[in-house]
Amino acid sequence: MSDIHPQAETETRALVRLGRFLKDNPVIPLIGLLFLLIGALELMRPGIISPFWAGNTIKFAIPLAMLAACQVLTMLTGGIDLSAGIVATCAAFVAATLTPLIGPVPAMLTAMVVGAIVGLVNGFGVGIARVHPLIMTLGTGLIATGCLQVYQRYVIATGTDIPDILEWLGTGRTAGLPNGLFLFVPFAVFILWLMRYTGFGRLLFALGSNEKAAKLSGVRSWQVLMALYVLSGLIAALTGLLYLGMIRAPSLSLANPLMLPSVAAAVIGGTSIFGGRGSFAGAIVGALILRVIETMLTLARMPEGARIALFGLIILAVTALYVRFTEQR
Amino acid sequence: MTSHPDPLPASTADALLDARNVAKSFGAVRALTDASLTVRRGEVVALMGANGAGKSTFVKILTGAIRPDAGRVTIRGAEARVGSPAEARRSGLVPVYQEPSLIPDLDVSDNLRLGDTDAEAFRHWAAELGHPELRLDAMIRDLPLATLRIIDLARALASTPDVLLLDELTAALPTDLVERVLRVARAQADDGRGVIYISHRFAEIAELCDRATVLRDGRSVGDVEITEGVEDRVVEMMLGTRIDLGKRAAETARPRPEGRPRLRVQNLAAAPKLTDASFELHPGEVLGVVALEGQGQDELFEVLAGFRKPAGGTIEIDGAPARFRHPADAIAAGLSFVPGNRAEALFRERSVRENIAMPFSARARTWGPLRLRHEKTRVAEAVERLQIDTRAQGEVQRLSGGNQQKVTIGRWLAHGVKTLLLFDPTRGIDVRTKRQIYPLVRELAEQGAAILYFTSELGEVPLACDRAVVIFNGRVVDLVEATEATEERLMRAAYGLGTAEGAA
Repeated sequence: MSDIHPQAETETRALVRLGRFLKDNPVIPLIGLLFLLIGALELMRPGIISPFWAGNTIKFAIPLAMLAACQVLTMLTGGIDLSAGIVATCAAFVAATLTPLIGPVPAMLTAMVVGAIVGLVNGFGVGIARVHPLIMTLGTGLIATGCLQVYQRYVIATGTDIPDILEWLGTGRTAGLPNGLFLFVPFAVFILWLMRYTGFGRLLFALGSNEKAAKLSGVRSWQVLMALYVLSGLIAALTGLLYLGMIRAPSLSLANPLMLPSVAAAVIGGTSIFGGRGSFAGAIVGALILRVIETMLTLARMPEGARIALFGLIILAVTALYVRFTEQR
Repeated sequence: MTSHPDPLPASTADALLDARNVAKSFGAVRALTDASLTVRRGEVVALMGANGAGKSTFVKILTGAIRPDAGRVTIRGAEARVGSPAEARRSGLVPVYQEPSLIPDLDVSDNLRLGDTDAEAFRHWAAELGHPELRLDAMIRDLPLATLRIIDLARALASTPDVLLLDELTAALPTDLVERVLRVARAQADDGRGVIYISHRFAEIAELCDRATVLRDGRSVGDVEITEGVEDRVVEMMLGTRIDLGKRAAETARPRPEGRPRLRVQNLAAAPKLTDASFELHPGEVLGVVALEGQGQDELFEVLAGFRKPAGGTIEIDGAPARFRHPADAIAAGLSFVPGNRAEALFRERSVRENIAMPFSARARTWGPLRLRHEKTRVAEAVERLQIDTRAQGEVQRLSGGNQQKVTIGRWLAHGVKTLLLFDPTRGIDVRTKRQIYPLVRELAEQGAAILYFTSELGEVPLACDRAVVIFNGRVVDLVEATEATEERLMRAAYGLGTAEGAA
């Protein structure tokens, strides 16, 4: 009798430990989920899984994961960047229309400046005027959309051109893998390093966890928020450039459809919208998961409406399950 | 030495309110074990007790905000179990608190309507309380705090309560208003009603009250008539015998430090409660701060930590005047703050190491790569010195309260301590951890740190401090050497009772 009890206790303790391990390393169950979905896909349509398919999935997951970086970083502080999709669109449009006029490199730099300016306005609003990030970035996103339409009237005659380097990054393949990885791998390493091994990264977690305690430690939060939103704007602009090379047709709503999935990728990846907890590695896996789910829904040959609705439902289910799983002690 | 409560008069038939043997626990914490209170017609009864004696829990039970585990409360002799604040009001007990219970976004008349208060009666009482010109269409949020208290009190009086409960109503109220409040309360009693009066001020109690009921550690320990010189007995009752917190540290008087002070505060004032604080803090000194709840000590620490701007007075650091716009300025000047509420200082879901190392990254020029090795040694030193139990160091919220408190202190040990502002660092932590904190405070001082140490436990003053300033009603009123800092002496000073001149 007496020896049953300790054993049960060891068992629960092992479970608790597993729970904690998963909580501390939330990417591992997520990767499991990704492979589960890929297995399901293979069951649905045997033979679909191929190196080409994998390359394609990765290729389209890259811009999503990059935009998700904007969301992860801002969400760490309890914020969000709803202007990221529009900033990406603006950057792409500016780069494509300016290239015939001033050459590819100045055009791309100008596109990045656009991202930085929107970020600066966001940072001012969130960090100094203390507007809620949701409202602030929604507002700047709409303003940027309006400005883009005005801008379009001025450049309507110049035509567009896409810098070769972007086309190479967006459409080329090296050893079967998309060239976009040449941009994405250094980018991902930089973001992971920033979050984990720099003072700035640490402050992002701190602001989201307890802003008062951060203040007590001597952190001036407006400085951090300002830098954060500028960084987010730059990342969004970079994503826009890559996406331009991928789609090769600038439009006034090019990257906008990526916006909400980028939030979903971050949330599926284990980033808390309330701040203080998050992982970019998780968001990368989250972006891959979203792309795989998309493939599944396309294969199921559903009407467009049902597909979108089901996509939303799956995102909710995955997030709920995942949060339940990792929050448990 | 403990005088047992004089048995209450056998006939409680004329009692307006009679609370007997009330007990209440919150989880494992027994807030009240055996509290009793009787108010008869024509009486003003003071309810007294030191911090943590269970006063606020008792008030909540009397007013029906929470239900007691045991005991009964009768109002007007009828066994009326008070179930809700509304029920308590209907049965004739009306409370008025320090924080006015008025809705800021409504005007005065709307607030009156909410409680079905008669406007004419309200006007009468407002005039009686010195506000005849009060406009009923004034928005509550536009009115000063003192006026709000008067409105709250006038509203309570307009409902002709049998028992009026005044909870710290006169704190931070101008003297002329205090006089009016006391007069009206006395008049209530003279009309054959009852008043329960809660206050930290002996002078007011002596002027107004007939009896005092004293609470200590959750039970009623005394019921005394207010007469000349009763203060000493009340103070004695409030203290009782305390558990020993450790060996006395200050057996011999330490010489007062000479030379330039690290921190000199002169005539410092900060809204709403601090009006005039002056003291000096020298390197190597632990200066205690003793005050009852809400006497201005919160404001003092927040100003020194850069969280609040002073309304007047000066702060000098090493002889140079200082002004802090942000805690970062205070930290740069060497002032580091450990707040009373741990939740305000910790990043709950982050690791012990990150919590301790946070100040290293605070300034913009330290946003780059972390100096991991430097950080690791400094954090390890702090953890070692404080003996923080790091078995659950992945997330600070998994640590015990005592260990969490050590982390908040460890942060500044790792960063380097010049002037440490400790606000009640031992609140709510176990005795063992407390005993670790006192020697640590002493040791830091011996190494040249200057420490300002607010404590709500008077017994800590001789253990950790060299001397203590006493704040009462927003002013520094006394400076007590640790060797003379008996709890009785401190308690008297904290209640604004003079030292040499006896009862004020």
